[in-house]
Amino acid sequence: MDNIAGSKSSLTWAVHISVLALVLLWLFPTVGLFVSSFRTGDQIATSGWWAALGEAEQNIVLRAADPDDNRVADGDQFVVTGNLLEAEGASGTITVWGTSSRAIDAYTAGETAELKGTETITVDAAGNYEWRGSEDEISGRGQRVFATITAPPEFTFENYDNMLFDPSNSEGMAKAFFNTLTVTIPATIIPIVIAAFAAYALAWMDFPGRALLIAMVVGLLVVPLQLALIPLLKLHLGIGIGKGYLGVWLAHTGFGLPLAIYLLRNYMVGLPRDIIENAKVDGATDFQIFTKIILPLSFPALASFAIFQFLWTWNDLLVAKVFLIDSTGQTTVMTNQITELLGTRGGNWEILATAAFVSIAVPLIVFFAMQRYLVRGLLAGSVK
Amino acid sequence: MDAALLGLMTVVIGVGGCLGYFYFSNLFLDKVLFPATGPNAGRNINRANQIRPWLFVFPAMFALALYLGYPVFETLRLSLTDRDQGGAFVGFANYNQMFAEAKFWEAMRNNMLWLIVVPAASTAFGLLVAQLTDRIGWGNIAKSVIFMPMAISFVGASVIFKLIYDARPEGTAQIGVLNAVWMQFEGGFGSVLFLKVMPVLMLLAFAAVVAYVGYIILRMTGGVWVTLLKAFGGLFAIWMVFLSLKSVLGVATAELPYGEPQNWLTLPFYNNFFLMVVLIWIQTGFAMVILSAALRGIPEETVEAAIVDGANPFQIFFKIKVPQIMPTIVVVWTTITLTVLKVFDIVFAMTNGQWQTQVLANYMYDKLFRANDWGVGSAAAIIIMLLVSPILIWNVYNARKEMR
Repeated sequence: MDNIAGSKSSLTWAVHISVLALVLLWLFPTVGLFVSSFRTGDQIATSGWWAALGEAEQNIVLRAADPDDNRVADGDQFVVTGNLLEAEGASGTITVWGTSSRAIDAYTAGETAELKGTETITVDAAGNYEWRGSEDEISGRGQRVFATITAPPEFTFENYDNMLFDPSNSEGMAKAFFNTLTVTIPATIIPIVIAAFAAYALAWMDFPGRALLIAMVVGLLVVPLQLALIPLLKLHLGIGIGKGYLGVWLAHTGFGLPLAIYLLRNYMVGLPRDIIENAKVDGATDFQIFTKIILPLSFPALASFAIFQFLWTWNDLLVAKVFLIDSTGQTTVMTNQITELLGTRGGNWEILATAAFVSIAVPLIVFFAMQRYLVRGLLAGSVK
Repeated sequence: MDAALLGLMTVVIGVGGCLGYFYFSNLFLDKVLFPATGPNAGRNINRANQIRPWLFVFPAMFALALYLGYPVFETLRLSLTDRDQGGAFVGFANYNQMFAEAKFWEAMRNNMLWLIVVPAASTAFGLLVAQLTDRIGWGNIAKSVIFMPMAISFVGASVIFKLIYDARPEGTAQIGVLNAVWMQFEGGFGSVLFLKVMPVLMLLAFAAVVAYVGYIILRMTGGVWVTLLKAFGGLFAIWMVFLSLKSVLGVATAELPYGEPQNWLTLPFYNNFFLMVVLIWIQTGFAMVILSAALRGIPEETVEAAIVDGANPFQIFFKIKVPQIMPTIVVVWTTITLTVLKVFDIVFAMTNGQWQTQVLANYMYDKLFRANDWGVGSAAAIIIMLLVSPILIWNVYNARKEMR
């Protein structure tokens, strides 16, 4: 065994394969939703999304053209020719087909089916058919053909068009998207400003009761916000804020503060003491030290918290439901819109998948762009 | 659009207001109240410096007190009053009413199940991924992918998993992955292997792990607290082993409905696990990030010494690495426990507590905003608070210890 530190372990292959399996397992659910949001409702309902990546197989019912208008005489027989797929507006190639619903795969493409009497029909892969028989047989309605067609993968932006850019769609996400944005931005920025000052005082100013305040912040870090719902709603209704943006901004600010203060204080305590003392000797006031030295140096911690708070307010459902959304529903946010769609459009996956993906997309972009700060914030917030 | 304008104005006014408050209150303190000039300059500077910290912390402390401190006591008060009687004090009537409800005990039972399964599974998966990706070249990409669900909202994740659990009538193509896989089993050899032998082996392995952990706990020595922990941990381990052995019997003898698509979210008892999968999927990334950093922090010499002594990779992992990162594992575990106690969105979006999937947070929401019963709703919130408070006390205790 070459099992020495620095050299490759004999388990390397097993490790690679199991990591790959885990990664695929974790990615699979999201990819399913992503692919589904680019398929039409019919496609989603008739085959699993994984089938959309390869050639799609689909059973459809086609009908030959109306014989009374289209038949032409050929000797003592009559013939109707045309293209089955074009007539139905379908695309793809026919693999197998049949003339009865009980045997839809009776013939392969190009074969000729013998029907009653002298009646025959030939269908090729492209959908061209030749239906011939006596005058009586080629009459009435067009011959039905049950065909299995394979079509190349087909994706559409129709769902996004419909959910985002169609102003007449009352279930659209555009309004909810802007509402979410309106909630998120002030609810992210305001707690940072308030918390930064408090964190500076708790980290670098000496005053009686400081330790107690820090302990209080740590304690409040885990208080479930469920406790705050009714008292604060009563308070908001009592002082006239009611349900609305102001209420939800204040609530998010209050709920975000403990983590903000905790993260920022932990970071600021680690800044070098010399810089601050030098500035004091040079006659800088605390306010100047804070704005000119501490804030720029604390940028990583500020970014960490900003991402946390952004993700949390963007993804929040409970606080918005309690403090923001009134009975008119004008101020609905995306998460709430999705839960409502889950209730009313439970089976319409093209709508659900698109709505969910619209709401997921922005946090995902932020996540991948700022992952470094997020990881740093998590580490500072937990391993202390 | 005017809401967006309002938002922008709020940002400007809010941020400007905060900065203005800090700037002008400092200015007022230094120039008007205690000016650093005149005969009392020295005394004034000292006084100003005593007051200044309070200027800095005041807005934050005020907001914390109003938005998190006050509600704790107000909720406690509300839980002892009745809204219909005009807020009259009713003692423990709300609690009695709640304890008499079957739905409450269902929520408690499910919450306990969540509390055991989700932190355990997330931490275990997180540790597994952290260890596996530690030494491979594309580890960071793998970690990114597994970390990604952290950015997805609980509601979004619920939609994602509802698609996976979707069921179509028998005879039509299944569009949910789980049912598509399920329809592949028809009772033959493969089905027995995957649905009987493998679960039995997994349950036996679980029972063995629990028994081993119980054995470690029983071997600990120490004071009163350790004895208490030993008694509690030992009993709990025996109970878990008993449960898993009972399930082995259940799995081995169960008649599975092969060939019928299943409505996974309406299967009593098991649907809880299908909901938990969503949270495990999200929280594993969190556990992985933290444990990965902890694994990196292990002194290299300890691992090298173990290799020189001839330890195999499994021994290195379980006997060298895991004991060294135990404190971090506890932190991860408790953090996920807190998330689990507050889980609301997933249950609300996927089943809304039907089919015996109720949890406390959703029960509370139900009482508060559907039944409009603020008394019982507040009582449920207090129960959540009680469940959280051991962690709260532990955190505060640790923070104080660190500060000294």
